[in-house]
Amino acid sequence: MTKGDLNAGGEISSGKISSGTGWIGRSIPRLEDPSLVTGRGHYVADAARGAAAVRFVRSPVARGTILGIEVPEGATVFTAADLQGVKPIRPVLNRPDYKAAGQPVLPADRVSFSGQAVAVVVADDAAAAEDAAEAVFVDIEPEDPVIDVDLALAEGASQVHPEAPGNVFVEGRMATPGLAAAFDTAAEIVSLELRSRRQSAMPMEPRGGVATFDPATGRVTLTASVQMPHMLRTGIADTLGIPEADLRVIAPDVGGGFGQKMSLFPEYVVLVWLARRLRRAVAWIEDRRENFLASAHGRDQAYTVRAAFTAAGRLTAVEADMRCNVGAFSCYPVTCGVEPLMAFAELPGPYDFAEYGARSRGVTTNTCTMAPYRGVSRPMLTFTMERIMDVAAKRLGLDPVEIRRRNLIGTFPHRSPTGLVYDEGSYREALEVAAEVIDVPAFRARQRAALAEGRHIGLGFSVFSERTGYGTPAFAARAMEIVPGYETVEMAMDPSGFLEVRIGASPHGQGLKTSLAQIISDEVGLSPDRIRVISGDTDATPYGWGTFASRSLVISGGACKLAAAKIADRLKAIAGEMLEAAAADIVLGAGEARVEGTDRRIALASVARAAYHQSHRHGGQAGLRETATYDPAGTFSNACHAAIVEVDVETGGVRIERFVVAEDAGILINPMIVDGQIHGGVAQGIANALYEELIYDEDGNLVTASLADYLPPTSAEIPNIEIRHLVTLSDATITRAKGVGEGGSIGAPAAVINAVVDALAPFGVELFEMPASPQRIRDAIRKAGSQGHVPRQAHD
Amino acid sequence: MTDKVSITLTVNGRDHAVAVEPRRTLADALRDDCGLTGTHLGCEHGVCGACTVLVDGKPVRACLMFAVQAAGRPVRTVEGLADGETLHPLQRAFWENHGLQCGFCTPGFLMLAAGALEADPDIADEDLVDILSSNLCRCTGYQNILKSVRQAAAEMRACGSSAAR
Repeated sequence: MTKGDLNAGGEISSGKISSGTGWIGRSIPRLEDPSLVTGRGHYVADAARGAAAVRFVRSPVARGTILGIEVPEGATVFTAADLQGVKPIRPVLNRPDYKAAGQPVLPADRVSFSGQAVAVVVADDAAAAEDAAEAVFVDIEPEDPVIDVDLALAEGASQVHPEAPGNVFVEGRMATPGLAAAFDTAAEIVSLELRSRRQSAMPMEPRGGVATFDPATGRVTLTASVQMPHMLRTGIADTLGIPEADLRVIAPDVGGGFGQKMSLFPEYVVLVWLARRLRRAVAWIEDRRENFLASAHGRDQAYTVRAAFTAAGRLTAVEADMRCNVGAFSCYPVTCGVEPLMAFAELPGPYDFAEYGARSRGVTTNTCTMAPYRGVSRPMLTFTMERIMDVAAKRLGLDPVEIRRRNLIGTFPHRSPTGLVYDEGSYREALEVAAEVIDVPAFRARQRAALAEGRHIGLGFSVFSERTGYGTPAFAARAMEIVPGYETVEMAMDPSGFLEVRIGASPHGQGLKTSLAQIISDEVGLSPDRIRVISGDTDATPYGWGTFASRSLVISGGACKLAAAKIADRLKAIAGEMLEAAAADIVLGAGEARVEGTDRRIALASVARAAYHQSHRHGGQAGLRETATYDPAGTFSNACHAAIVEVDVETGGVRIERFVVAEDAGILINPMIVDGQIHGGVAQGIANALYEELIYDEDGNLVTASLADYLPPTSAEIPNIEIRHLVTLSDATITRAKGVGEGGSIGAPAAVINAVVDALAPFGVELFEMPASPQRIRDAIRKAGSQGHVPRQAHD
Repeated sequence: MTDKVSITLTVNGRDHAVAVEPRRTLADALRDDCGLTGTHLGCEHGVCGACTVLVDGKPVRACLMFAVQAAGRPVRTVEGLADGETLHPLQRAFWENHGLQCGFCTPGFLMLAAGALEADPDIADEDLVDILSSNLCRCTGYQNILKSVRQAAAEMRACGSSAAR
């Protein structure tokens, strides 16, 4: 393992691996941006002009029997009765403990959550469609819904689906042989109940789709704001029972997704069905209320954990019962296992201990379906492990940094108790860097001084691993019937020397095209502005898995590197013939092929032209077109977050004063883009810790279905984020880049809440629930006060 | 449903004669009647600010104003920010400083900032941060948006003072 560092300019000063011309590691402005800053982006709603407007009629109740649907005269309305032959959405996990119910595209007899689409209206424009939808009367006999995860598991709870006794959709269990002994011999056992409340990924652009019908071919083109266009095509074609060839799916510019736009939703099936039935273009552009009610939720989890420590503060065992509220149905394609099975496999995180026991359940309720949201369970896993560490440190009289130092993994490859193999990382180094940047001794002095003035400031740490860029082996291990993971890239240099790159990955705003172009540039010696990356069109790109799980740069980037190397080899061979030199002596760079150590050179455009127009001279292989597929086992990024907060003990309000991220994602392709991913992830993590919460009342009504009630943070709440990069060169990926899309959201919640608890230490307050809203913080202070804790007063 | 009203919207200096229902929002009229789709709709209840445009030089939520209210008043949208193919300092600063990721909120932030800087080129930094907290972004964590607007503000001030000399 070697380490490099980034200097202040963001250029990689050591550990460089590419022999190319050095585009990797540069913070070049994004190729995507000129159209986006001038209002020339193409988002799905921009394609809706001229299409008939579609509006869904949604269930006003969480659970009940549909008695009838009354349709206003003259309105074009379709219900389940019209969709005969359309199959339910039924993703499969090949595990005996998996019992997910199929989700009807439109339900015929029962509704399972408030907001579920029960009928669809088509009209000439959106306002008319809304008017008509309001006039549709859905007669439902309501029943008492099951909302809370633990009430759903309680003895005698009514069943959400007959297929799932006890309301358990999926369950994982394991225990290492020495688990009980580890607890028997522990010097200290920390037992905690932790809760993460429900949240929304809340992309700025809600969902939407425009389906057009081509009468000449009978094909439908669905333009939709989605993260997995190829998967969507498969899912819709399977559900409708049509050949995939009859459907083209386009993901245009996508206004954020963060996981919410991965899934196959009933609305998209209905749109394609409508376009075929009506033989005309139809458009559904979701509003914000629908997005809150009926897209996807996440993070609604309750954990009961125990952790065993030696007297020296070494963690020896963790036992956890993890309950994940997965909502009414199982999301397609990743299934409702995504949260509980991620939790099951990855709770140990960055810590080195041998004994582990876990039970993790996906629990169905009459609430909106859970689907991946940036970080998937790991914000809660990290919150759990980092709260354990701080509580244990307090009991054992250790400093929070010291107890982590004693327990973080440090030898590689590391095998976790669940069998995951971690490649090289810098877990301990990241902790030390973050602690040094924060300057812990100086902070403690400042904290004492602040307390003397009656101000409560606190410092919190959070260390975590971020499993990224994993291919088919990881998903196969979950027993998914649909096993995603690989990425394929098709690359062609045209006769003018311009490179077209067709990728199966599908970005949703993260600047992937720029980063991929930088990787390719270093291989073929072409500047990024001469590389056009084409994505998000099933007619124009190879089958691939879109964007999720911090995979795009690692996997599609690896495939780009492989394909570009093949193109480079062909360019060198042809250039060698043209320059009368050995291919091995040709170097590519600055748009030219050059004989190394000489001034003999030729423009790549001339080489490309020869490949097409003089192929008979160059071995008879026509053109310059190569394909490569990459399917890595996966790699672990790591980081330490440190937050300093001030808590107003009168209001329960929290202000974040400083936020430091010491992060290792291997080689950074474009450091500016990496930093942007961290900034945005941390902002969502801060929101997770303090602000955002989807709340259902006991009747199953979502009472936070607007941006007046659900509170994403603004620029007033998010601090400046200070980032330090560590660069561990791992052999786990061929670019030596690791994924970085989710880390910010994984680590930040625990750092913030640990800091809040540290600030409130004079009250003896502990917090184990997210978000730590002002009400919860005040409640905790009041409770601590009633138990005899009073704040230390420096001037008593 | 009510009868349509004929109005003229003056957008980026160009007149658009449109017939709209009185209930039609300015945002829908801009997007669907004028074909200016750079103005985005993120919530349609006036919180997210993605639809921010300038009316009479002031930032407004185009989802909270009816098109008929904007008749006869100058409206500016993101499409009118650049001078031909020359980017406005704000657009260039957002590009250079990675002030956008998915780009959906970007037109609203650009117009919000343009309105604020035109109203007060010497705006204090804390007031600028305060104004920018009017809009939501889900990708950037705001850090690079603030950096972009600060850079553009400095540049516009330098330009303004040199033009005044």
